[in-house]
Amino acid sequence: MRLITHNMLQCHAKGCDPSQSYPLELKEVQLESLDAEYSEDFIRRLIPKLDWNVLVHTAFALGVAELPKELPDVQDEAFLRKVHQVALETRVKEAQMVCNGCGHVYPIKDGVPNMLLQDNEV
Amino acid sequence: MSRPEHTAPPEIFYNETEASKYTNNSRIVSIQNEMSYRALELLALPEGEPAFVLDIGCGSGLSGEVLDEEGHFWVGLDISDSMLEVAKEREVDGDLFLQDIGQGLGYRPGTFDGAISISVLQWLCNADKTVNNPRARLKRFFSTLYSALARGARAIFQFYPENPDQIEMIISSAMRAGFTGGLVVDFPNSAKAKKYYLCLFAGFKDNAGSSPALPKALGEGDETPGHITYGSNRIRERRKGKEQRKPVKDKNWVLRKKELNRTRGKEVPADSKYTARKRKIKF
Repeated sequence: MRLITHNMLQCHAKGCDPSQSYPLELKEVQLESLDAEYSEDFIRRLIPKLDWNVLVHTAFALGVAELPKELPDVQDEAFLRKVHQVALETRVKEAQMVCNGCGHVYPIKDGVPNMLLQDNEV
Repeated sequence: MSRPEHTAPPEIFYNETEASKYTNNSRIVSIQNEMSYRALELLALPEGEPAFVLDIGCGSGLSGEVLDEEGHFWVGLDISDSMLEVAKEREVDGDLFLQDIGQGLGYRPGTFDGAISISVLQWLCNADKTVNNPRARLKRFFSTLYSALARGARAIFQFYPENPDQIEMIISSAMRAGFTGGLVVDFPNSAKAKKYYLCLFAGFKDNAGSSPALPKALGEGDETPGHITYGSNRIRERRKGKEQRKPVKDKNWVLRKKELNRTRGKEVPADSKYTARKRKIKF
């Protein structure tokens, strides 16, 4: 799972408090990096969709890169490349994703998160 | 052909042997490819712009490869572990998730620019466990999908409906979740090439008044020669004017009848200038 997807992902268990279901906390993380094609156009359109605070916090907590706390007004190529590297070229290989609302643990194995719920959580 | 969804639930049906078919069987691969391209065409993403697309039921990532080729970034969901293993071996670029779409999707509102799904929806119509209610699962799936899509985004589902009731159930669930759109049937007159595509629109980007038109299906209309068009209105012959109408029983007819009755010895009034004349209208 790349960090762009983590930035979009929230807990979908039934009865989970919507104010607490995002973001999912990553624990016991193993990262890997991969190559993705850089598209300035895509990154520019992606930035307003991202939850910037969450991305900054996740990138910092995982030690990937340090991003500015506030979204800069002038977004030069160096900045966009950095966002690209964080969001699209960083992949979570192994981890436990924990929901702060209901405490559900979504394990990530070999890069694939297991999002299956129990019958009583649907 | 028997329907695989009757034999076992998807996470069990798509085991290792079944999953390996999706890489080794060139016929399956080519059909999946074709349908993926068609779904992408119906998705009508802006030309030349990489988009963030959701692949529902990505399986071994055949449809994902089509998305990769077009330069899109994608996220794939599937319930079968074995299929995802195959996808991992193929080193597809998208993010893979082990997920039951009937349990709903957990994405922030407006995440995806579009969604495609190849041969999946019919699986949702089966209740594999007693707790699974197809209607409830469809409702949960469509409502969470609706919120995960950006305004004006489309979702294209290729699926194999078992009967008209299934189509009705799927479409009504989607409409209740807020989608607009409908069914596009490609090659409706062919038994083999016939394909159902459910085209859903999640709201409108610019103008709420102008709803997007449903894409045109392949292999129908003008493309097939010698077909019969069925219009909704019957073409009626234009009514003729009053002066053009000729009464059948005109003066000659009356005179002939009277002559005939006279020869038969019946009592017949004498002919006059009033014979066979229309009477005045009196109230």
